[in-house]
Amino acid sequence: MNTGPLVEVEDLTVSFGTLEAVRGVSLAVNPGECVAIVGESGSGKSVTARSLIGLTGENATVRASRLRVDGQDALRFGERQWRQVRGTRVGYVLQDALVSLDPLRPVGKEIAETLKLHGTVPRAEIEERVVELLREVGVPEPELRAGQYPHELSGGLRQRALIASAIACDPELLIADEPTTALDVTVQAQILRLLDERRGAGTALLLISHDLAVVAQLADRVLVMKDGVVVEEGPTGRVLTDPAHPYTRALLAAIPGEHSKGTRLSVTSGHPQPAPQRPPGEVVIEARGLVKDFRGRRAVDEVSFELRAGETLGLVGESGSGKTTVARLVLGLLEADGGQALIEGRTWREMTARQRREARRHIQVVYQDPLSSFDPRFSVRQILDEALMVGGVPRAERRDQALLLLDQVGLDGGVLERRPRQLSGGQRQRVAIARALAPRPRVLVCDEPVSALDVSVQAQVLDLLADLQADLGVAYLFVSHHLGVIHHVSDRVVVLKEGRVVETGDVGQIFTNPKADYTRELLAAIPRLDQPGAASLVPAARPRPTTEVIQ
Amino acid sequence: MTAVTLRAPARERPGIRPGVWAASITLALIVLAAVAPGLLTHGAPHESDALMALQPPGDGHPFGTDAIGRDVFTRIVYGARQSLLAGVGATVLAVSAGTLLGLLAALGGRVADEIIMRLTDVTLSLPTLLLALLVLTITGPGTLNSIYAIALYTMPSYTRLVRVQTMVIRRSGYVEAATSLGLTRAWIVLRHILPNAFAPLLVLATIEVGTALVAASSLSFLGLGARPPAPEWGAMLAGGRDYFSVAWWVAVFPGVAVTLTVLSITVVGRALQRRLEGRG
Repeated sequence: MNTGPLVEVEDLTVSFGTLEAVRGVSLAVNPGECVAIVGESGSGKSVTARSLIGLTGENATVRASRLRVDGQDALRFGERQWRQVRGTRVGYVLQDALVSLDPLRPVGKEIAETLKLHGTVPRAEIEERVVELLREVGVPEPELRAGQYPHELSGGLRQRALIASAIACDPELLIADEPTTALDVTVQAQILRLLDERRGAGTALLLISHDLAVVAQLADRVLVMKDGVVVEEGPTGRVLTDPAHPYTRALLAAIPGEHSKGTRLSVTSGHPQPAPQRPPGEVVIEARGLVKDFRGRRAVDEVSFELRAGETLGLVGESGSGKTTVARLVLGLLEADGGQALIEGRTWREMTARQRREARRHIQVVYQDPLSSFDPRFSVRQILDEALMVGGVPRAERRDQALLLLDQVGLDGGVLERRPRQLSGGQRQRVAIARALAPRPRVLVCDEPVSALDVSVQAQVLDLLADLQADLGVAYLFVSHHLGVIHHVSDRVVVLKEGRVVETGDVGQIFTNPKADYTRELLAAIPRLDQPGAASLVPAARPRPTTEVIQ
Repeated sequence: MTAVTLRAPARERPGIRPGVWAASITLALIVLAAVAPGLLTHGAPHESDALMALQPPGDGHPFGTDAIGRDVFTRIVYGARQSLLAGVGATVLAVSAGTLLGLLAALGGRVADEIIMRLTDVTLSLPTLLLALLVLTITGPGTLNSIYAIALYTMPSYTRLVRVQTMVIRRSGYVEAATSLGLTRAWIVLRHILPNAFAPLLVLATIEVGTALVAASSLSFLGLGARPPAPEWGAMLAGGRDYFSVAWWVAVFPGVAVTLTVLSITVVGRALQRRLEGRG
């Protein structure tokens, strides 16, 4: 029995051609330990994880002074040896369960395949074992679920199925790459609890995430990566409370939530704090008992709220709660089956086509995925040009106006001739905001505008939105599943569940003194930095293994 | 995020392959022949010399002569215009009409969609050449009529492609964004839907020019397209058929011309496709 670290790497360097994605990374994971690698997109955290199971791909050159997996020297592993290690000794859980599971096979078959491949379970017992595995990872009705296809399962169930297939052969080490990123907060808490249970059963965990708050729940040790280098590492508690590296501090400061309310999230921008809030003005949008059915299923049920000029109304709910449908009803992109959305006192239905276009000018949208909201053929200049045309700006002035807009959202004129595809995620969202501002709207509907962004980019975009509201007095209808973000940006909050309004109120009241059980449930599931291993997880004390930090 | 990290820093432009070079040069020569045949040959396509009938390839007649002593090479050079015109003309006509109908089917409501698509289905269900024969039987033979006939039977695939593209694009994020920006419907159709639906058609159309060219030649071969003595490759093939056992060159060289043209168009078209799609 191997008693040393399950995986151990020293001075790992991974390069793709001339680009060094990972430089000089050393880490070790001991049995029963949870180590987390935290960093933004492109920090090299996933590449590091992949090189530990020989999955870096053909273009990569992997070098290390030492790479041991399960006590064997993995530097000399061929594909055959890697295959023996993967699945049996080391399980790997990918981020996107919908992509990682074969769409044409029931999930049970997928899990069974791992078992067949490694031959650890007699054939006759495989089916039984699959059901048992699904039950172990907390899938309700495992017999039924085993026969279903990935698209028939919810995100949380898919992620569980993926974990089930990763632990099928009882690996000693489980590597999970962003295991909860696409999930709702309550589901996230369940998956984290599940991973914690595995750890309790003696499995070592290597967690990859961009979210410090998530890893704080589980990790014994944290490595913070930036540009392919580990900038800081240490016990989780120490890194969170007393970060040594400025980058770690910036990451921590960028997390939106209660503590950040009314302050700036990004450390880098030199703007002053947002101006004190103006008193809310007249009602600009009113939803009165909105109802929408999709194929007989009620997606939105009697939703009412009002949005006043200059304020931010947070619309929060989990996936399927109908929040995006509400936004689309308000925008007049869907027709309500009941109730009405009043835009400055008028419903979409009573307006003529011309009036509708005029009304649309005043309510602009920022989407979660800016890239798909841009015509792929258009350059930034063309995108803004069109929006300025809607705003009635004469052709001759549009170029100057476009530059002004870009300046307003913190981009320079150099991006004007580029296509969105060539921009980073943060830059794209800035362009989307610039476009939305071009017709001088009174309301901005932000539909999950920061959900696809890294924490630090998210911080910059949220700061930008705060600045713009202070400068222009635009009202925001802010739709998000992320409670921290909602807490940070909102004046008032509407909590949605299964298409119904569960609770409405002032942001302070909702977050400190929630009335509805559901709101309390949501709040309890938020991963908190100040309470690593919070109440939402298994409270039982477990012996922590001694950890050795490799220099 | 992994995908971003895994990608090489800068993608090198793929070099042009020798095959593509050869095809481009061939195509350039054929286009030159179509535009300015006088640059490639000094002879005239209708100049006959009974004494020089059915001469094999050799001095003065690189491709030999036909049954009434006309120079096959000269006729092939002059025939390029006819053939290219038929191929390109039929394709342009088919693409334009197909695009229009596809857009109308996708955006014009249920009734328009049903009418257009069912007619398209009917057209597609008939064997292609049979349909062309049917049309030419009704309209009478001729170059222009054969272009119409070919356009009619290649159109449905464009109609379908444009309709599907339009339906996808209509529900895309950027059309919704354009709608909520407050743009007019006509603007959205012309500036966003049409160009994006049309883009994948361009490559397909380039390749289809070759197919249309073969079709035009086939119709001429059957005596329904260009009429003799017009120098048209298909018609020349037909004329050479009777002498094939004694003078192979009369039929083979026009055939080679058709083959080379179609091959070049296809190779260049595919290269274009790779390039455009690589750009993503």
